[in-house]
Amino acid sequence: MATNAATHQRIGSKALIAVWLLLVLIGAQGLWLRFVSGHQPAAYGSYVTWGLWVATYIYFAGISAGAYLLTSLVYVGKLRRFERFAPLGLFVAAITMMLALIAILVDLGHMGRFYYIFFRPNFSSMMAWMVWLYAAYTVLVLAQLRLALRPRLVEHSRDAGVRGRVARFLLAGRTDAAPEQLDADKRKLRLLAALGIPLVVTFSGGVGALFATVVAQPYWHTALYPIFFLTGAVVSGGALLLAAIAFLWPERDEALQSAIGSLASLVLAVLLFDLMLEWAEFSVAMWYGIGHQNAMMSRVLWGPYWYVFWVFHILIGSLIPIGILARHRRSSFALGIGGLLVAGAFMAVRLNIVIPALVEPQLKGLEEAYYDKRLVFEYLPTWFEWQVVFFVLAAGIALFYVGCRLLPVLNSSQFGESNEPRQH
Amino acid sequence: MQHELKRALQKPVAERKWVMVIDLRKCVGCHACTIGCVAENKLPPGVVYRPVIEEEFGTYPNVGRRFTPRPCMQCQNPPCVPVCPVNATWKRPDGVIIIDYDKCIGCRYCITACPYNARTFDFGEFFSDGTPSRAPYEEAPTFEYGKSRYRRNEQSPVGNARKCHFCLHRVEVGQLPMCATTCIGRATYFGDANDPDSLVSELIANPNVMRLKEELGTDPRVYYLT
Repeated sequence: MATNAATHQRIGSKALIAVWLLLVLIGAQGLWLRFVSGHQPAAYGSYVTWGLWVATYIYFAGISAGAYLLTSLVYVGKLRRFERFAPLGLFVAAITMMLALIAILVDLGHMGRFYYIFFRPNFSSMMAWMVWLYAAYTVLVLAQLRLALRPRLVEHSRDAGVRGRVARFLLAGRTDAAPEQLDADKRKLRLLAALGIPLVVTFSGGVGALFATVVAQPYWHTALYPIFFLTGAVVSGGALLLAAIAFLWPERDEALQSAIGSLASLVLAVLLFDLMLEWAEFSVAMWYGIGHQNAMMSRVLWGPYWYVFWVFHILIGSLIPIGILARHRRSSFALGIGGLLVAGAFMAVRLNIVIPALVEPQLKGLEEAYYDKRLVFEYLPTWFEWQVVFFVLAAGIALFYVGCRLLPVLNSSQFGESNEPRQH
Repeated sequence: MQHELKRALQKPVAERKWVMVIDLRKCVGCHACTIGCVAENKLPPGVVYRPVIEEEFGTYPNVGRRFTPRPCMQCQNPPCVPVCPVNATWKRPDGVIIIDYDKCIGCRYCITACPYNARTFDFGEFFSDGTPSRAPYEEAPTFEYGKSRYRRNEQSPVGNARKCHFCLHRVEVGQLPMCATTCIGRATYFGDANDPDSLVSELIANPNVMRLKEELGTDPRVYYLT
């Protein structure tokens, strides 16, 4: 039986590696095409000017914010039974933020000019604010991650291999693991988390405000958007964290089951709240069946891409996971699947935020005023756009895998505790 | 209009207020302004500064058509300007909204912010793509904003947002915008609204003047006579 299980695991690992390699190959071709052909192979145009990549960016930025927020609440709230998962949460937050930044970088018309936002920012622009907040957030997450991992890195630093070298590099000579030092680190970590919570709430709501402040787009121009983005971040980030812990945490004990159950309850509650906000958003705008917003929301619900809302968002991303999260409380595998469904299908929510606003002409008749494939009010991502997204995914998987191999993010010991008994 | 233009150019820039007036009763929908603009600014595929919207009304036999040319509105309160994260677009003292192609990072936030869909993105495409050679007119430089630029190798304006600028490069040397010059029905007027004796000042004082989406408070500087 044990041999069979080991064989199955080997086959499973090989299949995952094959899928990842396929993603890399397809994605690398897309990225190469992006560099040699610019935006030409993309389907977005001058009217529907944002597409899949912008949706991918807000998707990963949301996951990052959510994972970070929950993790920081663990530190600030001193929720000790969750503390051992906190480095994993910070690690997920750091990686998904990088993926978000890759996705938005490739979307720029001039990628090489991205740094202009730091040197000549226009602080009346929400986008400039977002970039500055992202920069501050990334520094904060990495600093927090280093502090959270430090006690375990000290253990790793004694290794002779690559893991040891990475640990020694990250520690930069700070190998003191005395209890007083660890307590001091813990205090710093709590302080950084306390600073990070308002920062991440600001930037998460800020992504919503980036859309909501655009007066020209009635579909986006609603005060609910910043809140909607914040709850969406907690839902998607919490769900991915739930899946990561449920599937990858090495120590399968009762404490793990209890922690997963609590996280699942939280994800379920916030998902229901998010759906309530969505109901408010749609029902208010569509109640009397007239107006600009009604037209755009009708397109989301009953238009040519209705399945994005009903199949991916409502069925796969909400109803099925709600059933799983509410009924299968004792199965960490089922809860992990539930988390994965919520997190994966949340991309449908992001697509339905970015695109529908732009497919309605600002002036009636403009769609027929000048014929050009870039001057149309329709959009369906091309294979090239998906290829680039596959590259982003493959990069995320690679970063996560390498990080898990080299850094002690999946170490079950709590902060300041070694796996080995402490010497007194 | 030509004399008025030259008179306005004698004044400091900040004392000019360029406006455009389009008489919809005179517009016959010939699209000469659109084509003139494309030729003047060497606009590539996907980029258009002045499309003409055509609408049909009524039921046979009581039918009518309306043609609405749509240049950039050069708003007094432009929603596209404050959204730019790098200050690459701004309003000049004479009211024309311009883009610095060398600063624009191509994020396209301004395109989403325009309530008139008046900004477009340069994808770096050519009309002769897929043919054995590039057409000479596509290799000619554009003189937008008074600077000679060639579209090649992903260099600006490729990868930038682009928009109508009232042909500033022509106006500043005493020529009317190309759309006003090519209009066969003399439906497009251009001039300085700060000059009380100008034709545009007289026209925008008419009661049959309207502007697009006035309710947004953008205060457009393109007026329509209906």
